[in-house]
Amino acid sequence: MSATLFDKLWDSHCIETDDDGSSLLYVDRVVMHERTGAVALDSLARRRRSVRRPEHAFCVVDHVVDTLPGRSDDTRVPGGRDFIVALRHGAASLGLRMFDVDDDDQGICHLVSAEQGIALPGLSLVCPDSHTCTLGALGVLAFGIGTSELEHALATSTLRAMRPATMRVSIAGQLRGHATAKDLALTLISTQGAGGGRGTAIEFQGEGIDAMDVEQRMTLCNMAAEFGAATAVVAPDEAVFGYVAAAPLAPKESPLPCWRALRSDPGACFDRDIGLDAARVSPQVTWGTSPEQCVGVGDPIPPPKDAAARQALDYMGLESGTPLASKPIDAAFIGSCTNARISDLRAAAQVLKGRRVASGLTAICVPGSKRVKRLAEAEGLDRVFEAAGFEWREPGCSMCFFAGGESFGTGERVITTTNRNFEGRQGPGVRSHLASPAVVAASAILGRIASPGTV
Amino acid sequence: MEAFEVHRGVAAPLLQANIDTDAIMPSREMRRVSRSGLAAGLFANWRYLDPKRRIPNPDFILNRPERTGTSILLGGPNFGCGSSREFAVWALAEFGIRVIVAPGFSPIFQKNCVANGLLPAEAPGSEIRALAAWSDRDPQRNRVTVNLRASKIEGAGAQIPFAVPQGQRRRLLRGLDDIALTDRRAAEIDAFEQERFVAQPWVRLKQSP
Repeated sequence: MSATLFDKLWDSHCIETDDDGSSLLYVDRVVMHERTGAVALDSLARRRRSVRRPEHAFCVVDHVVDTLPGRSDDTRVPGGRDFIVALRHGAASLGLRMFDVDDDDQGICHLVSAEQGIALPGLSLVCPDSHTCTLGALGVLAFGIGTSELEHALATSTLRAMRPATMRVSIAGQLRGHATAKDLALTLISTQGAGGGRGTAIEFQGEGIDAMDVEQRMTLCNMAAEFGAATAVVAPDEAVFGYVAAAPLAPKESPLPCWRALRSDPGACFDRDIGLDAARVSPQVTWGTSPEQCVGVGDPIPPPKDAAARQALDYMGLESGTPLASKPIDAAFIGSCTNARISDLRAAAQVLKGRRVASGLTAICVPGSKRVKRLAEAEGLDRVFEAAGFEWREPGCSMCFFAGGESFGTGERVITTTNRNFEGRQGPGVRSHLASPAVVAASAILGRIASPGTV
Repeated sequence: MEAFEVHRGVAAPLLQANIDTDAIMPSREMRRVSRSGLAAGLFANWRYLDPKRRIPNPDFILNRPERTGTSILLGGPNFGCGSSREFAVWALAEFGIRVIVAPGFSPIFQKNCVANGLLPAEAPGSEIRALAAWSDRDPQRNRVTVNLRASKIEGAGAQIPFAVPQGQRRRLLRGLDDIALTDRRAAEIDAFEQERFVAQPWVRLKQSP
């Protein structure tokens, strides 16, 4: 019987399935951050429960920690310090490895998971964060979970879950010109709707995926959260095996025969099948308050199809029929688990090199991890960003969302490499336009939404 | 966890698609390392004209006098999308919401609901809109009854079937604690793990110092 990659990953972790259809899955790795993890550690302590496999659980500070140079536990987020301190306290008392504020390997949890070899092909990993599906790009069975499920995973090394339907997204052709995995993800979401992949386990495959580097695949899998998917996977190939081989927690000798078997069998059946031609994808930018509300950078805003779209246009201060490409922006942000890996920073730097951002524009770059930051600095990218007028920050989630600390101004228009353009996501009244690092860089230079081809 | 069987209450429609957990529970309202003290922050961006000073927006549906005591939300497609923050569900529960009826839920949000004894009931959008119109006529009198055992919603003079995944339905009906339930499978988990470690030793990491 031929099986999909997802079937193989699921079956190799399935301890048992109840008659009601819910399965008990074995969890190889647990990762958590201060925002949603600290509460679980606190509850475990109150129940007087221990962590069943402390050596397989990891804590990372990323969500509310400041990203300004010289930062400490004190954060601008109201009550933020308590989350950091509680995570540290829980990690110490339960014996978990903690990537703390001053750790040389601190960063956004999904980046840290990949860099450290916490996430490896064929493993199952849970984390109380919706973008955990990012790690599916390495052939990991990765699920974002809630805090109660995290507590359960820590106490029992398992996750209780219903087997999701599978969906194959076949990517024919290869990305061309300035189009990136981010643009491919936004195109997929805008054509199928933000709920288009709801509840499914997606496998991305095809020529377009094979041709993508590992980090682009992570960007694509990351955005599966905005498509409503339960998770996403890509069959790991030699590029992935190379990517993870040097990680500190990777095995000394890669179990290649085992990893090479992590792919869908020919003729494997998926519950749903859709396709997209990567060669036809152009640089995208969102105009509304859902990632599905998106157009090509040079295209006009479409007429609103429903009340939600009208509300979005009103919030964004935009009118349908007008092109986004001329809209002046107040700020540019490069960061987040979607687009703050080294290849993202290189792509932005390539556009920024020898140029300056428009006068009066706020421009911020937040590398996704300390490792990314070190790599970038070794290549001189920090100097490119700073010479262009960008702030160069310490790693973390930063201004991907507003937690009561730093924000852009009310009514300000921000072009951002992040993943959510929800109302108020980056601050009260802030108007967020999602795009790729290259589009954000080009827009920052011109002071208006622009394609990298136009600078 | 409180078991769920039948609930009758005032309903309030929030029918737009893709209501996300940032809208339900803005990050800045998550101020303490705690599952409680969150109800005041629920829908803060919509519910208050000035969230900081807590000046209520009289137009927001949950602020309207005729919706006093709302315990059932009627939602739109892809309800609870976005962030996995369970704070959103804790805030809903603390506010008094017991049921959300929507054409579809984000998977993490749906599981978070069940973990906290909230029923996420899936029903067709047309039925939900009819229910909303009926509720709108006199919300306090036209109360909605949700019967989990029968998987039916009573309202608008009709019995509307709804779906909830079988495993989740059973857990809601019994009000079982998940960890206690899984503890009973400890021997099976140990055996599975041992087999996995033998077959693929690289899965097992060394004890942290």
